Amino acid sequence: MTPLTLARLQFAATTIYHFLFVPLTLGLAFIVAWMQYRSYKTGDKAWEQLTKYFGSLFLINFSLGVVTGIVQEFQFGMNWSNYSRFVGDVFGAPLAIEALAAFFVESTFLGIWIFGRDKISKKLHLASIWIVAIAASVSALWIIIANSFMQSPTGFILRDTAFGPRAEMTDFAALILNYHVLIQFLHVIASGFATGAVFVLSISGLNILLGKDKATFKKVIKPIAIFALVALIVSVGAGDRQGKYIAENQPMKIATSEALWDTTDKAPFSVFSIIDENRKTNGISLKIPYGLSILAFNDPNATVKGINDLQAEYEAMYGPGNYTPPVALMYYSFRIMVYAGSLMLVVMLFSIIFHKKWIDKKWYAGLLVVMLPLPYLCNTFGWIFTEVGRQPWLVQGILKTEDGISTATSTNTTALLITLVGFIILYGILALIDIGLMAKHVKKGFDGLEATIKEESEVLITW
Amino acid sequence: MVNLWFVIIGVLFTGFIFLEGFDFGVGVLLPFVAKNDSERQIAIGTIGPLWDGNEVWLLTAGGAMFAAFPYWYATLFSGFYLALFLVLAALIVRGVTFEFRNKSDNRFWRENWDTALSISSALCALLFPIALANLLHGTPLALVNQRIEYVGSFWDLLNPFSLFAGLTLFVFMLYHGAIYLAFKGSELVEQRSRKLAKPLGLTSLILLCLLTLFAAFSIELRSILPGILTAGAILLLAASIFVFTKGKDRLSFLLNFGVVACIMGALFSGLFPYAMISSLDTSYSLLLTDAASSAYTLKIMSIIALTLLPIVLLYQYWTFKIFRARVTLGDTHY
Repeated sequence: MTPLTLARLQFAATTIYHFLFVPLTLGLAFIVAWMQYRSYKTGDKAWEQLTKYFGSLFLINFSLGVVTGIVQEFQFGMNWSNYSRFVGDVFGAPLAIEALAAFFVESTFLGIWIFGRDKISKKLHLASIWIVAIAASVSALWIIIANSFMQSPTGFILRDTAFGPRAEMTDFAALILNYHVLIQFLHVIASGFATGAVFVLSISGLNILLGKDKATFKKVIKPIAIFALVALIVSVGAGDRQGKYIAENQPMKIATSEALWDTTDKAPFSVFSIIDENRKTNGISLKIPYGLSILAFNDPNATVKGINDLQAEYEAMYGPGNYTPPVALMYYSFRIMVYAGSLMLVVMLFSIIFHKKWIDKKWYAGLLVVMLPLPYLCNTFGWIFTEVGRQPWLVQGILKTEDGISTATSTNTTALLITLVGFIILYGILALIDIGLMAKHVKKGFDGLEATIKEESEVLITW
Repeated sequence: MVNLWFVIIGVLFTGFIFLEGFDFGVGVLLPFVAKNDSERQIAIGTIGPLWDGNEVWLLTAGGAMFAAFPYWYATLFSGFYLALFLVLAALIVRGVTFEFRNKSDNRFWRENWDTALSISSALCALLFPIALANLLHGTPLALVNQRIEYVGSFWDLLNPFSLFAGLTLFVFMLYHGAIYLAFKGSELVEQRSRKLAKPLGLTSLILLCLLTLFAAFSIELRSILPGILTAGAILLLAASIFVFTKGKDRLSFLLNFGVVACIMGALFSGLFPYAMISSLDTSYSLLLTDAASSAYTLKIMSIIALTLLPIVLLYQYWTFKIFRARVTLGDTHY
């Protein structure tokens, strides 16, 4: 493997791992905040128990999101320093603002929420979890702003400096009001809410199945399913807008997502196919007529440009080279995202319609449990689709991935291997602990919860 | 603008070393001031609500460096590669410790997490000052493909000056943490920390004086400011120790802010007008003006940072007030 591949692998691994926790906690924060609000309003003990129960699961995952997020901020400089030099003038700003405007708020108020229960009023304590939830979403917004610059760069100019050319910001408003930011943020944040919701449903289903505090967990099923459904509808809607935006701005992404080799009028959407990248053909496929033309251009008769034509076009524009991202990976990633998302949407819809009929059925609780992997598949493959589809560009049209790697990284493979293996081992151990702790938490149920909370807060009684 | 941002980066690092300094210190002191689980709960409880907010000062410093001095960020982070990886690993382990240790009452589980907290805190308390000292000391920088790049190895960072500076600040952070525990801990934790604070303070004072001598002979000075600030740091540290022996813990803790500010001031003013100094040839040193972002970006960032930082200070101060009481093992009224 070349250093470039290893460096990309490291970035992919650490980022995918980080993003297992982020969407979950984006959604879960609001759900816990809502539960605490219900508890505050009704004084009902069940809501208090739910708040603590899911709050605890939230914290376990949030802490992993926080610590893996530190790596995210620094690894641009480690393995991708030439990228950092090239885009820092534009790309650094949203990262710094994220820290100033969101991280500080998030971490400070989370500390208050965890440890301040007896030190501040109930109202303020409730407010602190809402502030954490909102700050987490604000944080996501700035990251999306940074990422959007890589997908669809705006508000900048290329200029020569003492150390070579770089992108310089000329219009901050254009950077943050980038249309890509709006649709991508809606898509990502709604998916995060859906992830949190499906997680809560799944854990509740598990408790119902195990016969633990059934009545309490059944209470949350319907409202959370509605929340999930709304979030999924927003996510799908924004995703659809995004598809149309990409069709204009990153046509190669659309062509590869469909494995559409040749330019086609009235392009169909293939439900499933076998992709042969070497011979540039697809095997037997089940097709929905006009599907892709509608997805990409809202017009059944629209022409969708194929991979071969786009490749030739880019070669003419940017010089010889490979401008096609790995087609099979794109094709399958897109389908995993879409199918897993659709499946969730259908299940949520029926869950709400047949709520009364199903709620006491064991198989329904089981169904909720097995839903758990779906949002993770969606999030992971959605990002693989987005980032792989940009290749070979690091910043669409202006900087190639191979030009962004650190000079040292591209020559010193040993150091790169040390950190790659180091991160994999460290993250692997943390994943095992995370799962173990969650399993233990679920096993204990509410009874265990009271005991742990007493134990944990014992120390915090102060004079 | 460039100079303003150099100051802001300095302020952010000052905030980081002052704030996270005491929670690194508490982490390292843990096995010495807390001998059983409930005592360790007290010690860790003193920093539990605050450490994450403290760490954001580091993240902000990193982000601000990226935004305001991209070439500095790029050269530094790709150059100090393995050291940075060690720091990241330590920060990760440290960060989950707070959340994970209390999740089981298994003794083995807790003791292992406590050990992990101490080791990772010690690594951070050593490596950050070593890295910062290297900026001033100079590292092997050279022109590679038209860009100033670090061409040394991990071991080049472990030069005598930087190691000595690392040790000095390490001991200072222990002193800083001990004072914090003296007014935030309770019972035996408080008493043990109180006993440790004075010798730790005096040791760090001696080390700081020696470091000043070391610097006087090995660091080329471009202005008189670093010298004045170092003298200020020594005086303030002496004052902090003196005030502490008079039983004014909180005042001595606040004086430590002055100590950190003076040390960081000396470091950054010693560095000026460079972001990083080359030990190979001065022409390979990275000038701040060359490393900086465009005037437009700096202007936008100035408006945002100067608006938000005061607000951050306000609510972080408010948090310190909420958690100002001592942490003790209470009765079981909860």
